[in-house]
Amino acid sequence: MDVNRASAPRGGLENSQPPLGRVVNAAKVFETGTAQSVLAVKDVSFEFRKGELVSLLGPSGCGKTTVLKMMGGLVPATSGLLELGGIKITKPYPGVGVVFQSPTLMPWRSVIGNVLFPMEVLGKNDAKAKARAHEILELVGLGGFENAYPRQLSGGMQQRVALCRAIIHEPSILLMDEPFGALDELTRLEMNDLLLDIRRVTGATVIFVTHSISEAIYLSDRVLVFSKRPAVIALRLEIDIAYPRTSKVRFLDKFTEFERKAGVALGVVK
Amino acid sequence: MRNNVLRILYPCIGAAIILLAWHYYIILFKVSVVVLPSPWAVAVAIFSYAHILLTESWITFLECIYGFMLAMCIGIPIAVIMTYSRVLNSMFYPLLVASQSIPKVALAPILLVWFGTGIESKLAMVFVIAFFPIVVDTATGLRTTSPELLELARSLQSSRLQTFFKIQLPSALPFMFSGAKIAVTLAVIGAVIGEFIGSNAGLGNLLLTANSQMNTALAWAALVILSVLGMILYAAVVLAERILMPWGHGSEEKH
Repeated sequence: MDVNRASAPRGGLENSQPPLGRVVNAAKVFETGTAQSVLAVKDVSFEFRKGELVSLLGPSGCGKTTVLKMMGGLVPATSGLLELGGIKITKPYPGVGVVFQSPTLMPWRSVIGNVLFPMEVLGKNDAKAKARAHEILELVGLGGFENAYPRQLSGGMQQRVALCRAIIHEPSILLMDEPFGALDELTRLEMNDLLLDIRRVTGATVIFVTHSISEAIYLSDRVLVFSKRPAVIALRLEIDIAYPRTSKVRFLDKFTEFERKAGVALGVVK
Repeated sequence: MRNNVLRILYPCIGAAIILLAWHYYIILFKVSVVVLPSPWAVAVAIFSYAHILLTESWITFLECIYGFMLAMCIGIPIAVIMTYSRVLNSMFYPLLVASQSIPKVALAPILLVWFGTGIESKLAMVFVIAFFPIVVDTATGLRTTSPELLELARSLQSSRLQTFFKIQLPSALPFMFSGAKIAVTLAVIGAVIGEFIGSNAGLGNLLLTANSQMNTALAWAALVILSVLGMILYAAVVLAERILMPWGHGSEEKH
């Protein structure tokens, strides 16, 4: 039921395209070892198409990160079905790129070494990979920093490197867990535009976890507003603002109206 | 530039003050050379006994190096095993920690019985004393690997070996080096204890012999060489750290 509702409001061509992945009635119970267990995710269902950017918006600790981890196969679902490209997700798969809240770069590797890490693990660290690494570093504005060490970079620059590392192996899905949450406001706005650029260039499918209402709306095709734990989807917003988006769209009435709706669903706007 | 000069100059002045105070204390209070030789007498002893000091310190140096290597070669794999096996960890880690309440010096006579008066008992002593910081720091380093990096590795279906060599080991390196720095200083102590308890060679032995012959200047000379030995070993570990961890220091500005 929910699944249908999620895909219904999309207009135009994309509707005829089959979904790239879906989450159906996913639930997660964490056994804490003691008698009581924690229901983190109650019942979450949604679909997404190739190239879509879907935000999971909710208060901290609501279980949205758990949903993201289940989608990456990093945490097994207690019940429900998660699928990508028609294949059930039960364990980690290399077709996924991950970005965390902190850059988590390896301090012992240079910038390019960090970006190439996935290729090394996947055994595809060839000249082509190196050329691509240079290309995407250029794309995020870090051309010329290939041989710098992470400690020489600012937080925003480190997160750009982390972004490059996440897309170097051309993953079919990019999972981002509050990736800009630790950055200052100005850097964050910059990074939002950068992410949209990257998506435009690479056509990446992005699942984006955030607790910033405006960030979710600014970036996404679709925003799924999560309730407090245990997570259910309280509201689905189709953000029908055309891309490419610039900061101007933040002042559209439509944008403010989306913010209000999300705020009401989150219980922060009366 | 000026700061650099001062950074070297001040400790030198400090040392000079101590040496002068030592010198005049002996003159002023007419301290017998047997009780405390003057700094000058110690310097003279170092030069006149240079050959014997060098030969003996080479022996002590080798004991330290071999014992330290032994502690590294056994300590690091043990730390790795304990990090990977929860069962072995809970079986032996508490014992390991508890074993540290044994005063290591008290083990020396027992080790002498087991290994004899040769170099073996000194290696055992160095090993016993240097082993613990290596195990503990390596294990801590391995255990504090960023969970996000491990998750990244997992998402790429990295093999356990890949994860270990590409992520966990380099993450643990800074900890391993801080353990090694402590261990190498302890190694000198271990070697000297070993030589004190039973041996016929090494700086510790020389110190005892000189003392018993009332040649206090030579005893002090041995002491000075021992501390130099300790500094050289420590510097060697620091150098290894700089070579193996080029990312770990430096003062470059952030961009």
